[in-house]
Amino acid sequence: MSNKIIHWFKYGSPQSFYPLAGKMIPWFWALAAIFGVAGLWIGFFVAPTDATQGDAYRIIFIHVPASWMSMFLYIVMACWAGIGLSLNTRLSSMMASAIAPTGAMFAFLSLWTGALWGKPMWGTWWVWDARLTSELILLFLYLGFMALQAAIDEPRRADKAGAILALVGVVNVPIIYFSVKWWNTLHQGASISMSKAPTMAVTMLWGMLIMALAFWMYSIAVALQRARAIMLERERHTDWVKYAVE
Amino acid sequence: MQWNSIGEFFAMGGYGLYVWGSFGVTALALLIEPLLLRKRQSDVATSLRRERNADERQK
Amino acid sequence: MKRAAAPNPSGALAELGTLGVLLAVSRRDLLLALRRKSEVMTVLFFFVIVVSLFPLGIGPEMALLRIIAPGVLWVAALLAAMLSLNRLFAADYADGTLEQMVLSPAPLGLLVIGKILAHWLVTGLPLVLIAPLLGLQYDLDGRALGVLMLSLLIGTPLLSLIGAIGAALTLGVRGGGVLLSLLTLPLYIPALIFGAGAVEADISGLGATGHLSLLAALLALACFFAPWATTAGLRIALE
Repeated sequence: MSNKIIHWFKYGSPQSFYPLAGKMIPWFWALAAIFGVAGLWIGFFVAPTDATQGDAYRIIFIHVPASWMSMFLYIVMACWAGIGLSLNTRLSSMMASAIAPTGAMFAFLSLWTGALWGKPMWGTWWVWDARLTSELILLFLYLGFMALQAAIDEPRRADKAGAILALVGVVNVPIIYFSVKWWNTLHQGASISMSKAPTMAVTMLWGMLIMALAFWMYSIAVALQRARAIMLERERHTDWVKYAVE
Repeated sequence: MQWNSIGEFFAMGGYGLYVWGSFGVTALALLIEPLLLRKRQSDVATSLRRERNADERQK
Repeated sequence: MKRAAAPNPSGALAELGTLGVLLAVSRRDLLLALRRKSEVMTVLFFFVIVVSLFPLGIGPEMALLRIIAPGVLWVAALLAAMLSLNRLFAADYADGTLEQMVLSPAPLGLLVIGKILAHWLVTGLPLVLIAPLLGLQYDLDGRALGVLMLSLLIGTPLLSLIGAIGAALTLGVRGGGVLLSLLTLPLYIPALIFGAGAVEADISGLGATGHLSLLAALLALACFFAPWATTAGLRIALE
């Protein structure tokens, strides 16, 4: 096992990473399941019913972790894309492409659960508050990345173009968030805000953290799985791929 | 544990539609994504196998 | 159709200096644009038409129009700017001039800035000049019109700079125009918020200085980073 540390860079090639990823995936699924069950337990059976929001606030155990993941995954995706661009490594770019759809899915879930939380609480299916609006824009950034990569046929060009877009995006996300927050406070005052969640009981915080961990483990498992599919698709001309499938 | 019955659990104090709409769609998404991936993986595998068999037949 | 020659690569930097090269590139693009006036005018007409569409869709009540004016005018400017972005690199890409530019010893960033400058003069500046007329359709008063012009004056170069990144990344890619919109519009949102916000702030009496300063700050940032990202995108497109 100590070989893995010494020959770290060996795993920079798709050929060696493919079997390693295959071995890691079940472990991450297991962790996701464990954290998921624990988080749901806390969310449904430990956290008490809220005085003002009733039981609808339990959506927070999905909404907030999903938001966190969508933002975290974008940064991770941009990092991998940047590494792929600067070091010219194919595998890093494949990781970035593998992460994008999952990140977009979490952004969508954040918006969906946000809408379902908003309707009983504030009467409308959509609230133009700073966080939800920024989340919507983040979804657009994900979709743009995926669309650009899908539109470019030549894989290395798609990798590099996507990397530039992701890096430009990652720089823009704080700017966008700040400007949307500014826009929101000027127009709406303090009336409607998703961050007016019930004051955080410790149990609720733990629930959200554990659900976030569950989503994180899930994301890693799915991203590794997708990366494997991408490797097979893109390296199909090589020998190792032909014999990697039984 | 504050649920006195399964019925209460599903009703979620009247907010059942919203709570289960959220958790349900999330569960669905977390199920569909890996399934779609598995299909993608098996599609690639099938076509690779076909290629390999074609190569071997040629030899 | 005669195309103006690309700036002479080797001697240019020594002969003209940095500013000279930039102006030479801009001048060439301006000449080319003037030979195709229709392309320029269509963008302007698009702006005018879109601005006129909103009252047709919403109703002629002046009180309402006054409220939506800053947003509508700015969104229309965004869309018009975006439509014109395809022209930025496409023609040069098609006839090989762009490749020459990438290979020339003059820094590509400089050449890109020259092209963006010409692009703005031809598509952005007309929007700034015609906006007050359109603002009158929405019953904006004199000072608001002034703020509108100023916000567009600062904002349209920003839109050209950010848009250039998208144009470089989608060069020669199928589905180019719509894809370009999908990539660029989210990046335009801060400019929209501060630009339209400046006019609104002026109307409501709060003063537009805050918004305009932030907009100017974004422009300064974009002047720095957009040429870098654009040249990286161009090199990738031409590999």
